[in-house]
Amino acid sequence: MSSTDGTGPPDRPTDRAPGPKLDLGPVGHLGDRLFAGLARGSGGLVVAIVAFVGVFLLALAIPALADNNSSFLFSRIWEPGGDNPRFGIAALFYTTLISSIIAMVIAVPIAVGVALFTTYYSPKRLAAPVSHAIDLLAAVPSIIYGLWGILFFAPILRPVINGLASALGWIPLFEKPATDNLGVVFTASVVLAIMILPVVTAISREIFAQTPVAHREGALALGATRWEMIRMAVLPYGRSGVVSASMLGLGRALGETVAVLIILSVPNGNDPWNSSIFAGGETFASKIANNAAEFDSPEKTGAYIAAGLVLFVVTFLVNSAARIIVARSGPGGKRPRKNRRTGDKAAQTEGATP
Amino acid sequence: MAKRIEVSGLNVYYGDFKAVEDVSMTIEPRSVTAFIGPSGCGKSTYLRTLNRMHEVIPGARVEGKVVLDDQDLYAPGIDPVAVRRVVGMVFQRPNPFPTMSIFDNVASGLKLNGVKDKKKLTEVVERSLHGANLWTEVKDRLDKPGAGLSGGQQQRLCIARAIAVEPEVILMDEPCSALDPISTLAIEDLIEKLKDRFTVVIVTHNMQQAARVSDQTAFFNLAATGRPGRLIEMGPTKQIFSNPNEKATEDYITGRFG
Repeated sequence: MSSTDGTGPPDRPTDRAPGPKLDLGPVGHLGDRLFAGLARGSGGLVVAIVAFVGVFLLALAIPALADNNSSFLFSRIWEPGGDNPRFGIAALFYTTLISSIIAMVIAVPIAVGVALFTTYYSPKRLAAPVSHAIDLLAAVPSIIYGLWGILFFAPILRPVINGLASALGWIPLFEKPATDNLGVVFTASVVLAIMILPVVTAISREIFAQTPVAHREGALALGATRWEMIRMAVLPYGRSGVVSASMLGLGRALGETVAVLIILSVPNGNDPWNSSIFAGGETFASKIANNAAEFDSPEKTGAYIAAGLVLFVVTFLVNSAARIIVARSGPGGKRPRKNRRTGDKAAQTEGATP
Repeated sequence: MAKRIEVSGLNVYYGDFKAVEDVSMTIEPRSVTAFIGPSGCGKSTYLRTLNRMHEVIPGARVEGKVVLDDQDLYAPGIDPVAVRRVVGMVFQRPNPFPTMSIFDNVASGLKLNGVKDKKKLTEVVERSLHGANLWTEVKDRLDKPGAGLSGGQQQRLCIARAIAVEPEVILMDEPCSALDPISTLAIEDLIEKLKDRFTVVIVTHNMQQAARVSDQTAFFNLAATGRPGRLIEMGPTKQIFSNPNEKATEDYITGRFG
């Protein structure tokens, strides 16, 4: 009887001839085990690398920070090394942030416009070439952007800068500086905007194209024009995606080195610090790259490493913020679960109303 | 508030493929007309041509005439956006705008028409929700997201949204197929009520539903896969379900195929 071993269900007929016992032992999970090991190893490796980078930065930065005779976070002086090391990141922080934010302010509206054009306005024949052209911008090396920016684009931007400066010069941010140099923060920002355009466009395009047909048709069936449909259905659905795309772009702009290094003119050490975006400046990345030749003593190196650490943390925070925004409101602007199920109680009485 | 639709010689194409062939019918005002037929027979496609929603699908085009109140909807100079403001639509799956509150969902069509007056909006939203048998269930949470309602409530919200703009005709594309039986009953009651004010056209796979809610029934069928769908027979619902003229109709409603 097959049920004598206790595995047969009680209601199964038991008059079948007893066959050989079923082999339910291990079938050999060699592939499984190998792949699991490989996957775990790769995952562990990535975490280990990130940890090593962090530890490396901290280990080199801490001794230099301990010797620092100036406020690291709030000072604008940068004189590391020597008997009286004094260095602070305030100026670097300001230039890095302001150039990236301006880049975002320029790039995001254009990216959203291009993404909407290629998904909902342009004929199919045109959409693909336009998308490819934008994607190609991502393939241009940043050294090329730097050279193009300073040699070709900066002179073109000069009249724009003069116009803006004379119109808005009473705001310190737009103050016209004494010198007429080309390598100003604003120029770097515009070039950065072009550099982050592809990633913001690509992500926005993906998210807009995913807007459920049901939402789009719902708007159209109410008599919405195409633009009204986009406002009612596509933009609310894609909002969080655009925000996270912008954050990714911001992250890239913050860390961009070579292009910014080539474009920005380094202010003379004796000049007073200038907050205007129409003046030169240095970002974290460009400062470190500019002074790589100075890494001759651990004290000096440590100061630059500490600046790099701040950039690392800022970029990390920006990326985390992007992730949190995406997780909080996924595509479709979904609310957190708590609020979404408000209809449950009423659902039970569904149809009982007159 | 309700208008007659006269369709003559209507063909629908997707690119080169002819999906619906030579449909002519008259849809009476203040009545419920049901379209029944097997899957793929073109009844939903045809329904969409009544408010030009098929134009959303790339490559779709129409030959023939759809006359509403002496105006051909396909005449040159007719704006499909304007057509859809007169001929509303309710879809298979409830599709309230997920980021909008219940109030804003119902008011969305009015806002498209440029109504900004808060008092007027409040009044129309309340009237439409009453009209969709939803008011008592949502009146205390009009500012909550529409996506938080149950499926049946969402569908009635979509109906409220459609009737808020006071259309002449309401098209419903299998409005109950995603709903449970109790919610379905609520929608069917509502359809009965809507026909006092609107011309209602409903596509359904559920023949009992067609028999329960409609005054006229149109049966669509296709000769074979890949052939265009055609209108086989249209008549009073009682007659179609008890004594149809065509053999194919009888076979379908008695469940012998489809």
